[in-house]
Amino acid sequence: MNDTIAAISTAMGVGAISIIRVSGENSIEIVNKITKRKILDKVDSHTITYDHIMDGEKIIDEVLISVMKSPKTFTVEDVVEINAHGGITTTNKILKTLLNNGCRLAEPGEFTKRAFLNGRIDLTQAEGIIDLINAKTEKSRKLAINQLDGKVSNLIKDLRNDIIQILANIEVNIDYPEYEDIEEMTNEKIKPMLNNVKNKMKKILNESENGKLLKEGIKTSIIGKPNVGKSSLLNRLLNEDKAIVTDIEGTTRDIVEGSIVLDGIILNMIDTAGIRDTKDVVESIGVKKSIELINKSDLVLFVLNNNDIITDKELEILELLKDKNYILVINKCDLESKLELPKDVKNIIRISALEDKGIDELKNFIKKIYNLENIETEDLTYLSNARSISLLEKAYGCIEEIEKGLDNNMPIDMVEIDIKNMWSILGEIIGETYQDELINQLFSQFCLGK
Amino acid sequence: MKYEIIVVGGGHAGCEACLAAARKGHKTLLVTGNIKNIADMPCNPSIGGSAKGIVVREIDALGGEMGINADKSQIQIKMLNCAKGPAVQALRAQGDKVTYPKEMLKTLRSQDNLDIKESLVEDLIVVDKKVKGVILEDGEKIESDAVILTTGTYLKADIMVGDSRRREGPHGERPSNFLSDKLKEYGFKIIRLKTGTPQRIDKNSIDYSKTKEELGDSVHRAFSFDRKPDYKIEDQVPCYLIYTTEETHKIIRENLNKSSMYGGLDDVTGVGPRYCPSIEDKIVRFSDKERHQLFLEPESKYYDDIYLQGFSTSMPHDIQEKMVHSLPGLENAKILKYAYAIEYDAIYPTQLKQSLETKVLENLFTAGQINGTSGYEEAACQGLIAGINASLKLEGKEPLILKRNEAYIGVLIDDLITKGVRDPYRLLTSRAEYRLLLRHDNADIRLREKGYEVGLINEERHNKFLDKLSKIDELTKLLKESRITPKQNEYIVSINSTPLKDGISLYELLKRPEINMDHINHFIDLDFDDEIKEQVYINIKYEGYIVKANKEAEKMVNLDNKMIPNDIDYDKIHNLASEAKQKLKEVMPTSIGQALRISGVNPADISILMIYLKKEYHYDRRNI
Repeated sequence: MNDTIAAISTAMGVGAISIIRVSGENSIEIVNKITKRKILDKVDSHTITYDHIMDGEKIIDEVLISVMKSPKTFTVEDVVEINAHGGITTTNKILKTLLNNGCRLAEPGEFTKRAFLNGRIDLTQAEGIIDLINAKTEKSRKLAINQLDGKVSNLIKDLRNDIIQILANIEVNIDYPEYEDIEEMTNEKIKPMLNNVKNKMKKILNESENGKLLKEGIKTSIIGKPNVGKSSLLNRLLNEDKAIVTDIEGTTRDIVEGSIVLDGIILNMIDTAGIRDTKDVVESIGVKKSIELINKSDLVLFVLNNNDIITDKELEILELLKDKNYILVINKCDLESKLELPKDVKNIIRISALEDKGIDELKNFIKKIYNLENIETEDLTYLSNARSISLLEKAYGCIEEIEKGLDNNMPIDMVEIDIKNMWSILGEIIGETYQDELINQLFSQFCLGK
Repeated sequence: MKYEIIVVGGGHAGCEACLAAARKGHKTLLVTGNIKNIADMPCNPSIGGSAKGIVVREIDALGGEMGINADKSQIQIKMLNCAKGPAVQALRAQGDKVTYPKEMLKTLRSQDNLDIKESLVEDLIVVDKKVKGVILEDGEKIESDAVILTTGTYLKADIMVGDSRRREGPHGERPSNFLSDKLKEYGFKIIRLKTGTPQRIDKNSIDYSKTKEELGDSVHRAFSFDRKPDYKIEDQVPCYLIYTTEETHKIIRENLNKSSMYGGLDDVTGVGPRYCPSIEDKIVRFSDKERHQLFLEPESKYYDDIYLQGFSTSMPHDIQEKMVHSLPGLENAKILKYAYAIEYDAIYPTQLKQSLETKVLENLFTAGQINGTSGYEEAACQGLIAGINASLKLEGKEPLILKRNEAYIGVLIDDLITKGVRDPYRLLTSRAEYRLLLRHDNADIRLREKGYEVGLINEERHNKFLDKLSKIDELTKLLKESRITPKQNEYIVSINSTPLKDGISLYELLKRPEINMDHINHFIDLDFDDEIKEQVYINIKYEGYIVKANKEAEKMVNLDNKMIPNDIDYDKIHNLASEAKQKLKEVMPTSIGQALRISGVNPADISILMIYLKKEYHYDRRNI
């Protein structure tokens, strides 16, 4: 109960900024870990620091961080507040990064609870707080259930079911070693079962990632040198689907110029300014600028001219795109082909923006990349909140531990420690963590007795 | 005549309880229905097994008797789960049903401060909710400062076979007819439980050629940390394995309605143990299973009974005859005793404190089957704890409470008083969250100091233990300080290990999966006892897992250290969910940790509880 907790303290998606609050004895250390400059352990209490929140090497957001050291804080513990730029995706990503680095997601009302338990709040307020927590907890219980679509929760249940069969078998071998009729679980037998579980988890994680994209939109940029047909492509995409494009100021630093809805897939176009104001972009495409764009995007449409030879800079960008979701859009296919591509280039779609050719192929290709071809929007199975995804990732992480144990030829009951751990983390996702479950399974699955 | 402590019942719980009390210098009386049945083994002829074997080690580490007595009387002993990790290995011994009680009685009789009386207790002397002694069946009153009830299955015991029900205990002994009603009058919630036992077969009527022999280990084994094994390996008696047949299953299915539990009797209310179903249960519940495993276990070197493990039933005698004769090797078997089911009264264990003192009557302690458990080892360990804590109470000292990360005994007692029981409770390794910490090999390291502190381990045994600890430190230090370099690569490669790039300590080398103590012995002379080497080996080899387990356990201990005052009134906490409120009132947990383990109490309820504690008791969060 003294662990470090984190939660988004502002209403999601509303307002220009959002605040993520962290409280507990490791809060400064944990937040510091995910900043770029890593100086929070040195700053004075009750000051604001400018920094970036990082996910490894990648910048998630540019933020202002308030560091408030115990005891003069709301919870009387060390508190760190991150002022981010709003936006569901970014805010969630920051929270997720915190959870991955040692924070636990705060229960509803938990900051207030801590404030109270640490004597920060007057006793006369106590009853009110209890009501608050009660109401919130009740609500969050329902919410948690609603948040988990029945299908996902069934998938997790299936996974746990697969795992508990393995566990029960190991347990029975241990507790009833004299039963020769019961199959002996060995490290060798666990491996294929583990692989099966691993694949299923990976699939849910992938779909969750894709599902999130589907729900929240794919950050898409169109890059290419001037006059290659970027704006014609954009206009084709717009006209084609009569999508609504509004110049709304995005909730993140990335300015979302507008959304294009392609058969249920939302493409959030970023940095279209550079495309539209072609007159202003007199300089040829800068590689630095492209890197920035590529880093910001989930999907890059790299436009090349069929009627031109490929430049060194374009080849450089191709290299940069290797680890990215990208589509090489070769425009002006109505003209003579002068373009010669390197051999290993993939994801090529030939279009003619002018003659409106190849746009459908492009759309289908996007769907293919995100594995969305066969998925109906409403039928998608994915975990949507940061908590669930972070827990599933944690469970997935257990597999590494299990595999390490198997590789080191550890006795099966040692390996089982990590399997059990994985099983109970999965249980947390769907709110089932009873120890007794296993014992019940033991006696229903195996026939034992004197 | 007045005693300080009276123990009622001379089974495995009673023996440990009265010995602990007497050894701690308290004038103690053991009242038992039949002196001949002291430390009797009415069911299976074995001591130990998975988890249970570790409990016997724990009893021994604390200064109890079961380990020593089992060592004296075993006729076969083996280590289970040898192919698995050290955390799940446990000893199992076939105990001689003649020698075991005989040796125990000898120990009791030679114990100072201990008297034994043959009688039945039918009531307690109670003044102001405090027990002051017992009242015997003939009306005689014996006063005492504390009473420990270890009545086993004898409270209103009914033996059931087919359609017959008789009011008697095992071996046709007289049960106690009134004590459980009296307990109910004092305010105890009484439950009815059931268990059963299989047939005993004449060993001369079995065709062993149709069975598979099961032998004891070919190295010496012992439960006790103090007593060197003195038995001959080759003198161990084998057990035998057989399987039920198609015919057996047919007989059972055709006669199912004659079993007491399947219609033979219509007034069976007792709940039987899940882990110990009758053969008819097994055939009904696992109908697709073609055969079930049975063990033929000799009960003693001094008589002919073979215990037919796995065949417990409440079928009438004529059906039992047919069932037994359908088994391979037992076609002409002579049944010496028929199987039966037994129903008995027990108290619902959430009425107990962690010390095993009842919440209902002060200075009354209970242990063993009366608390809803099953098994000799489960009974003995509770008896030991009840004996220790009744003594400590009289001495005005804090009770001995073992935590879930300290002992299986702690797991058992915490489960009982926190979760209650539905069916007779058996220890399983799966009940322990921190099983890696609760090992067979380290029971003394976990508990011997506590045994010394409560006064059941004498100086000599304690010094021997301290010596072991320092040897372990010494060897660990030696391995950390002894380094080897790539010059030794020739040997390293010869034992299929990766060659060294830099020098490393032997401690680090031992962490490699393929390296064992014999390999280490190649580099330095390891002049240490096997048990020292084993301890150091386990600590190093499984360090990563042990660290993880300790970290988890620490979380639990923190919560267990947040105490809940015992005068708390849950009715005053308005926002508590009603299910949680009811459970909390029933269990009255002593700590936040225990409260969290109650099924039906969720973390939100705990939050509300903590806020209430803060408000009402001005608890600082750092203290609760």
